[in-house]
Amino acid sequence: MISLAGRDIRHAWGKFVFTGVGLGLLIGVTLTMAGVYRGMVDDAKVLLDNSRADLWVVQQDTLGPYAEPSSLPDDLYRGILGMPGVARAANVTYLTMQVGHGDRDVRAMVVGVVPGGPGEPGQPGYLIAGRHITRSHYEAVADAASGLALGDRIRIRRNHYLVVGLTRRMVSSGGDPMVFIPLKDAQEAQFLKDNDAIVQQRRRTAANPAFNRPSVPGLLEAVIASQNTNSSVNAVLVQVRPGESPEEVAAAIRRWKRLEVYTRAQMEEILIGKLIATSARQIGMFLVILAIVSAAIVAFIIYTLTLGKIREIAVLKLLGTRNRTIAGMILQQALALGVLGFVVGKIAATFWAPAFPKYVLLVPGDAARGFVAVVVICVLSSILAIRAALRVDPAEAIGG
Amino acid sequence: MADTRATGIRIEGLRKRYGAGETAVDALRGVDLQVAPGEVVGLIGPSGSGKSTLLKCLGAVIEPSGGRMTLGDEVIYDDGWKIRDLRALRRDKIGFVFQAPYLIPFLDATDNVALLPMLAGVPDREARERAHEVLAALDVDHRARAMPAQLSGGEQQRVSIARALVNRPPVILADEPTAPLDSERALAVIRILEKMAGQYQTAIVVVTHDEKIIPTFERIYHIRDGRTHEEAGEGLRP
Ligand SMILES: Nc1ncnc2c1ncn2[C@@H]1O[C@H](COP(=O)(O)OP(=O)(O)O)[C@@H](O)[C@H]1O
Ligand SMILES: [Mg+2]
Repeated sequence: MISLAGRDIRHAWGKFVFTGVGLGLLIGVTLTMAGVYRGMVDDAKVLLDNSRADLWVVQQDTLGPYAEPSSLPDDLYRGILGMPGVARAANVTYLTMQVGHGDRDVRAMVVGVVPGGPGEPGQPGYLIAGRHITRSHYEAVADAASGLALGDRIRIRRNHYLVVGLTRRMVSSGGDPMVFIPLKDAQEAQFLKDNDAIVQQRRRTAANPAFNRPSVPGLLEAVIASQNTNSSVNAVLVQVRPGESPEEVAAAIRRWKRLEVYTRAQMEEILIGKLIATSARQIGMFLVILAIVSAAIVAFIIYTLTLGKIREIAVLKLLGTRNRTIAGMILQQALALGVLGFVVGKIAATFWAPAFPKYVLLVPGDAARGFVAVVVICVLSSILAIRAALRVDPAEAIGG
Repeated sequence: MADTRATGIRIEGLRKRYGAGETAVDALRGVDLQVAPGEVVGLIGPSGSGKSTLLKCLGAVIEPSGGRMTLGDEVIYDDGWKIRDLRALRRDKIGFVFQAPYLIPFLDATDNVALLPMLAGVPDREARERAHEVLAALDVDHRARAMPAQLSGGEQQRVSIARALVNRPPVILADEPTAPLDSERALAVIRILEKMAGQYQTAIVVVTHDEKIIPTFERIYHIRDGRTHEEAGEGLRP
């Protein structure tokens, strides 16, 4: 038995290919939307991986440092270092802001880290060029996605920094590339006031008799100095000793000071379950709408193709073709359209994914699920056309 | 094979009523008609007389309401029977020729014809061989691989006749097969049908309005108000 569906497609291949490519672009967008979500999840995981921490110590009752603001004294890490089971602990600050470069600026997450070896928690991981930060001021390591190059001078608030190293896949959960600078500079940047404000504050402090006591020399200077330094960090990143359970160390730190301590698993839950949950629902909405639009297109096309063949269908029926054969022909055409669309969509998505500003991760599992969805949509949307075809009376071929 | 078409078509007292109760229409009120194997008869009548209804009953598209109908060697309907499988009956016993060729546009000439044996379960190769044979008998085998759109009107009509013949049905029903043709071509179609009826021992009924071809039938059935009257025609051959 010849394939009626195949012959019809071959005969009207222009229309078919045109529709298939259109559908394919739509499927490509759908796959890309899924890839955007996967990219966000992966960025979050990479963010956690690359911070090389087992525990995140943050301000009590906050979901810091990524999902909520968190502030801790910067000497706290010493106490944590002394806790049993703790191998390393390091201060870190995070501040998302515009980083100036020449006459333009890039949005980046500025990370303040203690200059140190690459094994320290919080340090940029793998460098693709240059070196790590070694001086405690005015050096930076930037993620390549920022577009910065080695030797570039960048401006963060009032200070200039030299890009000494480049890293990759270090982005915030919002997709902004990271720029690492020494902790002290970052603390200052977080707290920095403009000159007028500093002068004003000095004047107010000097006018306050509680601080300006001639009988206590040096008090006013000390107060002013303390007002203009920032001794806060956003989190302390902790590595536990090999063989130690992160949960137990976390429990010990929680008992010791009234602090919030998150393990890697909890941090992942915060990032994926809370921080990008709204974006995920947003993408979910898009997926639903795209699925409906694709279904409508397949249904419409298959229905029109079928209506265009009503007379042939009546003749086929009169000649003794089974309903099953006719339904099969329509179903096969819908499936062929879906498969063509899927192939075009997969290729398109693979082709354009790297051009997206944020990371788009195309997971084979999503492609497989997408394929199943396409098949289901094609089957469902051919029902309309099949019903129309089965209603055709073979007597129509004979006429009145 | 000859015995399977021993009767050709025999219809006795065939009745067909559309609908029921007050609005019922008696489209056929006792039709008698007989066509021998190898014979072509004409069926004519004014509009609304029941031609199409008779053709649909004969073509196993609808079920009659009463009477008796024999196709080939088989009584397929007898007063009040329920015909079990109209579709299989159409496929195995009846060939159709329409007003327009109604070829399947996405199949070439061979496959348009071969489709019928394929639908009956004949393997593709053999079905194509049979198709080719019939196309050759109709002098269109040189166009075997052409798509319908590439064929002339006459070639299309011959392919459609080949399609009606390929399963060697005992009966071929032709519904206004010459309506769109000029008289020369119309006569050619009737000649082809006559020749094929003889060659394949098929009983052929041609429903027509066409004044040009009416004189060509040896026997003509007139149908009026759902009843048939037979008369002799002039015949194509002297
Ligand atoms: N499906 C139907 N339902 C009801 N009445 C019908 C139907 N088909 C035909 N008729 C009626 O049956 C009669 C015969 O119609 P038809 O067989 O089409 O005649 P013809 O083909 O000779 O014009 C007409 O009165 C017509 O109105
Ligand atoms: Mg009619």
